[in-house]
Amino acid sequence: MWSGSPLFPEAASTIASRVDAVFFFLIGVAVFFSVLIAALILRFAIKYRRRAPDAIGEVITGGVLLETIWTAVPLAIVLISFGWGASVYFAMSRPPEETLDIYVVGKQWMWKFQHLDGQREINELHVPVGRAVKLTMTSEDVIHDFFVPAFRTKADVIPGRYTTIWFEPTKAGRYQLFCAEYCGTRHSGMIGQVVVMEPTDYQAWLSGGPQEGSLASRGEKLFSDLACNTCHRPDTQGRGPALDGLFGKTVTLQGGETVTVDEAYLRQSILTPAARITAGFQPIMPTFQGLVTEEQLLELVEYVKALRSR
Amino acid sequence: MQTTVAALPPRHYLNDGFGIRSWLFTRDHKRIALLYLATITLFFFIGGAMAVLIRLELATPAGDLVTDETYNKLFTMHGVMMVFFFLIPSIPATLGNFLVPLMIGAKDLAFPKLNLLSWYIFVVGGLFTLYALISGGVDTGWTFYTPFSTISSTSKVVPTALGVFITGFSSILTGLNFIVTIHRMRAPGMTWFRMPLFLWSIYATSLIMVLGTPVIAITILLVAAERLFHFGFFDPAVGGDPVLFQHLFWFYSHPAVYIMVLPSMGVVSEVVAAFCRKPVFGYRIVAFASVAIAVLGFLVWAHHMFVAGISVYAAMIFSVLSMLVAIPSAVKVFNWTATMYRGSISWQTPMLYAMGFIGLFTIGGLTGVFLATLAVNVHVTDTYFIVAHFHYIMVGGALMGYLGGLHYWWPKISGRLYPEFLAKLSAGIIFLGFNLTFFPQFVAGYLGMPRRYHAYPPDFQVLNVLSSAGASILGVGYLIPMAYLMWSLRYGRAAGSNPFGAVGLEWMTTSPPPTENFATTPVVAWDAYDYKGEVEGRVA
Amino acid sequence: MLPDAVEHHHPALAHQFDSLAQQREAAALGMWVFLVTEVLFFGGLFATYAVYRWWYPDAFAAASHELDILLGGTNTAVLITSSLTMALAVHSAQLGRRRLLLLFLIATMALGCVFLGIKGVEYYHKFVEHHVPGPGFEFEAAYARQAQIFFSLYFIMTGLHAVHMIIGIGIMLAMFWMSWRGRITADYYNPIEVSGLYWHFVDIVWIFLFPLLYLIGRHA
Repeated sequence: MWSGSPLFPEAASTIASRVDAVFFFLIGVAVFFSVLIAALILRFAIKYRRRAPDAIGEVITGGVLLETIWTAVPLAIVLISFGWGASVYFAMSRPPEETLDIYVVGKQWMWKFQHLDGQREINELHVPVGRAVKLTMTSEDVIHDFFVPAFRTKADVIPGRYTTIWFEPTKAGRYQLFCAEYCGTRHSGMIGQVVVMEPTDYQAWLSGGPQEGSLASRGEKLFSDLACNTCHRPDTQGRGPALDGLFGKTVTLQGGETVTVDEAYLRQSILTPAARITAGFQPIMPTFQGLVTEEQLLELVEYVKALRSR
Repeated sequence: MQTTVAALPPRHYLNDGFGIRSWLFTRDHKRIALLYLATITLFFFIGGAMAVLIRLELATPAGDLVTDETYNKLFTMHGVMMVFFFLIPSIPATLGNFLVPLMIGAKDLAFPKLNLLSWYIFVVGGLFTLYALISGGVDTGWTFYTPFSTISSTSKVVPTALGVFITGFSSILTGLNFIVTIHRMRAPGMTWFRMPLFLWSIYATSLIMVLGTPVIAITILLVAAERLFHFGFFDPAVGGDPVLFQHLFWFYSHPAVYIMVLPSMGVVSEVVAAFCRKPVFGYRIVAFASVAIAVLGFLVWAHHMFVAGISVYAAMIFSVLSMLVAIPSAVKVFNWTATMYRGSISWQTPMLYAMGFIGLFTIGGLTGVFLATLAVNVHVTDTYFIVAHFHYIMVGGALMGYLGGLHYWWPKISGRLYPEFLAKLSAGIIFLGFNLTFFPQFVAGYLGMPRRYHAYPPDFQVLNVLSSAGASILGVGYLIPMAYLMWSLRYGRAAGSNPFGAVGLEWMTTSPPPTENFATTPVVAWDAYDYKGEVEGRVA
Repeated sequence: MLPDAVEHHHPALAHQFDSLAQQREAAALGMWVFLVTEVLFFGGLFATYAVYRWWYPDAFAAASHELDILLGGTNTAVLITSSLTMALAVHSAQLGRRRLLLLFLIATMALGCVFLGIKGVEYYHKFVEHHVPGPGFEFEAAYARQAQIFFSLYFIMTGLHAVHMIIGIGIMLAMFWMSWRGRITADYYNPIEVSGLYWHFVDIVWIFLFPLLYLIGRHA
């Protein structure tokens, strides 16, 4: 109902209306209490204005009932607000099973996007309407933040780790993308657009553009260029763990702890191999810190993920 | 009640020595308060000048007035100046320093030399920061987020960090001095629950200063060490975690918000009682609410980090804890309002500021609930909604309280009355200008305008023009009190010891008070705000 | 608790206090509050330490093995002894035995200097071994990165502790001067008592630092 108003942002994702609902509830609470307090203050200030220069006020030291009421009512309201806000937040942080995965690398001062099929984009992201899109994001330098107001969602993009965000666009159109975490001189120039397309248009767009091989295939090439395959062999004879079907599994480490193989673990194992060694292997792998870029890392990660289905 | 006195008392702390040395080597808490007052006023106007430039730049969407680099330095230095060099010391170091011994019936703070040392430390910290400003400025934002501040920024991070670090010790020592003074220096009969509520809020503030400031001191030191010696605490390249910095930073800097606003709450309690001439409704609850805010304030830091990749469950815990801070704050607002019921309300300037505080703090506090609510936080964090929210707390709250307190005790400090009409006029201008400046920013924030943007999409321009227009009104509003308060120092009418007919030990000595505060140590046999007792002659 | 006339005019009684007892309580409370701030100051470092040790236990153990446990242990003994001499100094002050007081203050300062000397030797070793974080840092390849975090923590924690020691020795010098001039008496010894609190605190910080930095993974 508010869309198109200059005072309210467009809502273009499945989560947006849920966030707006909480927001309207809070607006209602805020308006009610602000008006109540302002009205009481003004009324008292007029009604009980000082009549004689040395008049004093009536001695009222307190009231247990009133104190209880105005402790309990706000408490109830904030707990409702907490529960409601938390449930929506929970939905925001849990992407559905089936998602369209896209990788994002932020750097001063641009956004780089990599689609699984190989398309690369800068400051513009094409996604189809009606599909849940999951972004796995990292930064080459400082902390950035991926923010699309129309989707009511936002997440920091942090160097040295992967963060994720997901949204399901509901309307085709062009939406503003901002960097929302201050990142240096041209912070306000680190903006772009998310282009939401009808599925057919999206397919056309996907098949258009220059192809340089899928992300996983580029990862595969890198895997052999860096000679990873001399140790990580498909059979069990290698000096490193076999990677086929590894992604998503739980492995036991040397200390006896277990870890689920996810993007973050793969990333750490490439950059800091000694940190979490799989049980039965020696810490002999060299670090690739400084030898691979963030984008190449993503290609390697995606390659290992693709081995899942082998 | 209004005693007309033709002249100031013959002997008081202001004419107890005139040379520059009598000020620079003073150990009198009242003179040290004035030293602070002069210093923080200077920093306020430096920070304010930067705000003017920021609002001028944002009047148009294009970044056309200053370069992006300059703009980033402007908002950084505005934040650093206002937060560390104005708001944090504002009420504690000026009104607190002046009033704590007077209100408890003591001759001075427990450690007068330490008090003077605190001011010198403050000045040295300020000089470091001014040096950083003049020699090129700093562009990290007042939050110094890593790794930008450690590996990316090329501006004067280290001098600024050292300035903030040094100033922290001034804050720690001031808090320590207040705690010891309130514990050990109360006059006979001045029990904890007879203390004015201002002292309760100063006590709660001091707790935060003592417990929180050392953590930011060490954090800032780590940033400086990382820049100077290439230590790797927050550097992802060696396995350090930039987000750890945020935890450490907000562990102090969220409670620091309460360092700014709690003293103002204390002022409001005093002013509302004095201008309604009745005790504060629910005295004990208001007193405990101050302490509760101070304690809870330490448990909510991660609500600044809901989008920084913390776990969902951690976020939920911090959300519900943040919600709890709203309770003592709401209780205070209701109690002040209830105090006005059947009062004898005088519409003098301090009361106008107090009413302004209650209204604006209510809005600031309620929008705080928006931010504690996880789903809404995700959308509005790092947007102008945040900027609007914390200015409602820090300017609408903290600064309104400071100005109200400054007017209320000005006759006590200076011995002279300020011009009432001008004071009311400027209070009105400030209230209007403030709302025009910051209310549109709530709207801009929900629309999605990110903060710290040098240029912005044209869709947001109308709101920004309103905001800039409000800022110009606000600026005028601040200049007027500056002018008439200075004027009153020389030309104001002598105030007499108790111009507002208020109850409290500070009003039972002359204005200005003598250096030793009281001719004889008072013996207290009445509760705070005992206006009935005063009429019946029991308060003396 | 009313101050008697003699006490009221004691030369050491500051003008803002009513009695020596009030003055003494205020000083002690002030120092305790200050020590609380110190706990939080080091607390920030310990929190940082805890996070990284939790993340990188192996690298921390490997790096910890590079520290000289003999020098560190000696320093622990030196500091504990200095706490004893400090306690004896406070005791002598309470009894009004000026010569003993002076003697114990000198002993405390001397032990403090020994500690700093040994610390300096350790720093020098780390410098020679290229274990100072920065571009010149060298460590066995598997743990090279996180070992740098360990050594960053090592230097900042022991460095700040050493700064506190230097300040402590400065305070002891001032105490020595006051005692020498006869300003410390059996009914006015709070400066010594309060300085003693500070000294013991700095000592306790080391008691935590030593096992956390030197003894990781040595129990096996």
